[in-house]
Amino acid sequence: MKNKTIKKVDLIFEQVDHLAILDKTLNRSSEEIILDIIDSGLRGRGGAGFPTGLKWKFARNEDSEQKYVICNADEGEPGTFKDREILTQVPEKVLTGMAVCGKAIGASEGYIYLRAEYNFLLPMLHQKIDTFNNVLKEKKFDFSVAIRSGSGAYVCGEETALMESMEGFRGEPRNKPPFPTSKGYLGKPTSINNVETLVFALMIANLGPKMFKELGTFDSRGSKVFSISGDTPSAGIYELELGMTLEDFVNEFGDGDTKAVQIGGASGYCVARKNFKSTVIGFEGIPTGGSMMLFNSSRSMYNILRDYLEFFEEESCGQCTPCRIGCQQLLKGVEAVKKGLKPPSYLENLQRLSETMKIASKCGLGQSVGNPFNSIINNFREEIIY
Amino acid sequence: MSKFQVNLKINNLAIAVDEGTTILEAARQLNFNIPTLCHHDDICVAGNCRVCVVEQKGSRLLPAACATPVGEGMEILTNSMKVRQARKHVVELLLSEHNADCTRCIKNGECELQKMSNEYRTGNNQFISLLKEKDKVIDFSSPSISKDDSKCIRCQRCVRTCAEMQAVNALTVAYKGNNMRISTFLNKPMNDVVCTNCGQCINRCPTGSLTERTYVDQVFEAVYDPTKFVVVQTAPATRVAIGEEFGLEPGTRVTGKMVAALRRIGFDKVLDTDFSADLTIIEEGYELLSRLKAALVDGKAPALPMMTSCSPGWIKFQEHLYPELLENLSSCKSPQQMFGALAKTYYAERMNKNPADMIVVSIMPCTAKKFEANRPEMRGSGYKDVDFVLTTRELGMMIRQAGIDFNKLENESYDGMLGESTGAGVIFGNTGGVMEAALRTAYEIITGREVPFSNLSIKPVRGMEGVKEAAIRFKDVLPEWNFLEGVELKVGITHGLANAKLLMDKVKEGNTGFHFIEIMACPGGCIGGGGQPLPTTLAIRKKRASGLYEEDEKMILRKSHENPEVKELYQSFLHQPLGHRSHDLLHTHYYSRKKI
Ligand SMILES: Cc1cc2nc3c(=O)[nH]c(=O)nc-3n(C[C@H](O)[C@H](O)[C@H](O)COP(=O)(O)O)c2cc1C
Ligand code: SF4
Repeated sequence: MKNKTIKKVDLIFEQVDHLAILDKTLNRSSEEIILDIIDSGLRGRGGAGFPTGLKWKFARNEDSEQKYVICNADEGEPGTFKDREILTQVPEKVLTGMAVCGKAIGASEGYIYLRAEYNFLLPMLHQKIDTFNNVLKEKKFDFSVAIRSGSGAYVCGEETALMESMEGFRGEPRNKPPFPTSKGYLGKPTSINNVETLVFALMIANLGPKMFKELGTFDSRGSKVFSISGDTPSAGIYELELGMTLEDFVNEFGDGDTKAVQIGGASGYCVARKNFKSTVIGFEGIPTGGSMMLFNSSRSMYNILRDYLEFFEEESCGQCTPCRIGCQQLLKGVEAVKKGLKPPSYLENLQRLSETMKIASKCGLGQSVGNPFNSIINNFREEIIY
Repeated sequence: MSKFQVNLKINNLAIAVDEGTTILEAARQLNFNIPTLCHHDDICVAGNCRVCVVEQKGSRLLPAACATPVGEGMEILTNSMKVRQARKHVVELLLSEHNADCTRCIKNGECELQKMSNEYRTGNNQFISLLKEKDKVIDFSSPSISKDDSKCIRCQRCVRTCAEMQAVNALTVAYKGNNMRISTFLNKPMNDVVCTNCGQCINRCPTGSLTERTYVDQVFEAVYDPTKFVVVQTAPATRVAIGEEFGLEPGTRVTGKMVAALRRIGFDKVLDTDFSADLTIIEEGYELLSRLKAALVDGKAPALPMMTSCSPGWIKFQEHLYPELLENLSSCKSPQQMFGALAKTYYAERMNKNPADMIVVSIMPCTAKKFEANRPEMRGSGYKDVDFVLTTRELGMMIRQAGIDFNKLENESYDGMLGESTGAGVIFGNTGGVMEAALRTAYEIITGREVPFSNLSIKPVRGMEGVKEAAIRFKDVLPEWNFLEGVELKVGITHGLANAKLLMDKVKEGNTGFHFIEIMACPGGCIGGGGQPLPTTLAIRKKRASGLYEEDEKMILRKSHENPEVKELYQSFLHQPLGHRSHDLLHTHYYSRKKI
């Protein structure tokens, strides 16, 4: 497989005539819309990377009077700030993407679940939503969008916790199955998609799957919006074609002294310099919801790991044992090793524990704490011990 | 309709089960036991403790057996190396945050975490203790329930019980992450929140986190105090459950052994709450008839339907949630409190005892009775009518501590005067029992004939359905009850406060058509009370219920109004139902506890 070098793309932020795309889509059948999305190879941009077309198909195939579209704008992953930018710059594209999803799955209501810290966007969004809903009414398309303000916990970005939260309960993830496409918000079939996913879906509905398929690699079609931060002279938001190597990425965005990159935020993986060349950014390599954090040699990886663990210890919803107590044990454990209260070999016990957390936790939060933990310990063991 | 069958393999054994069956249930059908902690058959699935995880071929994750439905072609391993490691980790993690003060814990020997830790031989826990000193502060504010967060494993069984079965929501999950805990509204002490003291949370707590407030030591102290005359009363439901404390099958009738044990412990007199249950039927029956008369003859609008008041958990629930319906509540005290008031008046007088030197102890299936005994109104005798309330479990503890070999005891009988009872009093412990007892008596008072049900068994009011209904028409009534000729009495029965809430909402709307409603706070009635032996399941509750019905059928007297000691009480002391003395001693009033 041949890896590509950095290529900037402009699908997400490009201004388009969203109403024209809407008209075009409303004239098509839901099968056609979904087939295009499946064909494009678009996978969810919220982190888990589930094929979007399949998700829509599952939701469409459910027999239910009421279905819902949810736009996940909780954007809680540390180091991710692209959804905010998308909502700010191209809100109409997001709304239209939701309507396209509504048309595809047969839903008449859509909700944006907006991270509480983004409430400053509310006045603007309300205004856009009112206008958009009126347009839909005029077009006699039975769909409307409303907005719900998030509850402030990271776990509320997890799709089923988000639905619990929307229903007025504590944001605790549910058991799966049933999956949201069969029993989601209020127990009805629901397609929940990330902000960026919906905009890509809109662009595929507009331009067809071909242009999207031509970007990226076999496993990682298209482009992706990256939130780049840390030790970089060019922090910010970039839409890049998927499938580049981390080396290419660091050459473009690093400060010349990059020792590690945390791909995918706190719940992602830490890649050390020696592996930059062999690491592909994408589903075949290391996937990311968009966060790329660069660290140069002035950073203590112990401090970084401890910060992440503190984050998880607090942000675990606390319902399941491996995650609630596991996070605390990992944190207390590395601190104890650092202080010499536990021998370095205790790190192996903790790594075994993180393996249990990965396979036995109830939701993606607990399941992914092992990613940063193991990748940092494996790459920077001496920094943790000494 | 037969359900769709799903084929799967568990530990390489093939099985076909109904669609929707969980992996846990399917494994049980093959006699594979998967350990559980957060799971309880009475309440909804949580899937949060993760101790029941199993390996599923082809899946990266270990699904929770309790929460995952079977799928066609699934291959499950319940004890693979991966599963064993994960399970052991889960137990070790729980122990690392647990106040494993097992030897001193009231649940020692009955704790599900302890059992699991023993099974998995966790040995020296590799993990760092996360227990904080401040978490070891126990909430003793409630007279019924104590709450010890340091023993809590956050399985939320109590939360689900309180919300789902009881619709009370006193207990709730608060905070998240490392601070997540089971708390109350604004973290207030248990006594200051809307808690009915029903103790159903205790019955489902797998550890020693939620337990009854225990008064065993105080009772022993009273028993051994030569200056005190200590009498004990035993509630109907205790006699078919106390045997479980000594390894007997649920529902085993051990009334005679229980009496013998109490006598050996040293109580001066062993008496029976069944007696005052019979008395309750007379008072409550006449109260109902007087309300019906007011409505049908005097053209007044008395509060109907009338509702029973034997269950103190239900009373407090109503005081909190439906104060506007308090008039509907029978003014009768519960049998426990009628007993206490009579013990320190009528009984003391006849026994030549100074009530100031008397101690009345109750053995109850109930934790709410502890709260009830402390209500300021419950001093009709001029003293605290009931001094100490022990649960069936606490009685088990007393018997063990006293070194009594329960199973070998010979049957003994209750002492007299407040000790005789009828089968009607016995079935008070079952949902529908009060209603059945009331109908047996009311029908006979009105018509002069026995209730028209074979063997006096009023089947429609029995059983475990959430809401039961029955109707009985009075025909050829005695002359003084002319106004009831042809009247159809409609009754409703419910148990479990969530069911009660549904029914009360209908009563509020005024469209139930019922004249009389029996409500018990606990599932199955008192036999499923918050003070009964552990564990609790529907099957166990059914066995206890059958035990009480058997006991009833074995009695010579089965109608409350035939109880000779009750008759004597009216003749020589109370004079008439709803009379002056009854009013002072046997009836009470209620308060609105609504906060907003
Ligand atoms: C702890 C946790 C937090 C999450 N936070 C977000 C989030 O903020 N935004 C998001 O789009 N997806 C988030 N997800 C992923 C969602 O559960 C879900 O997979 C996603 O919204 C689906 O949309 P997509 O298919 O378009 O990616 C989170 C998942 C987990 C486990
Ligand atoms: S993994 Fe963590 S966040 Fe997810 S359900 Fe379990 S405790 Fe909650």
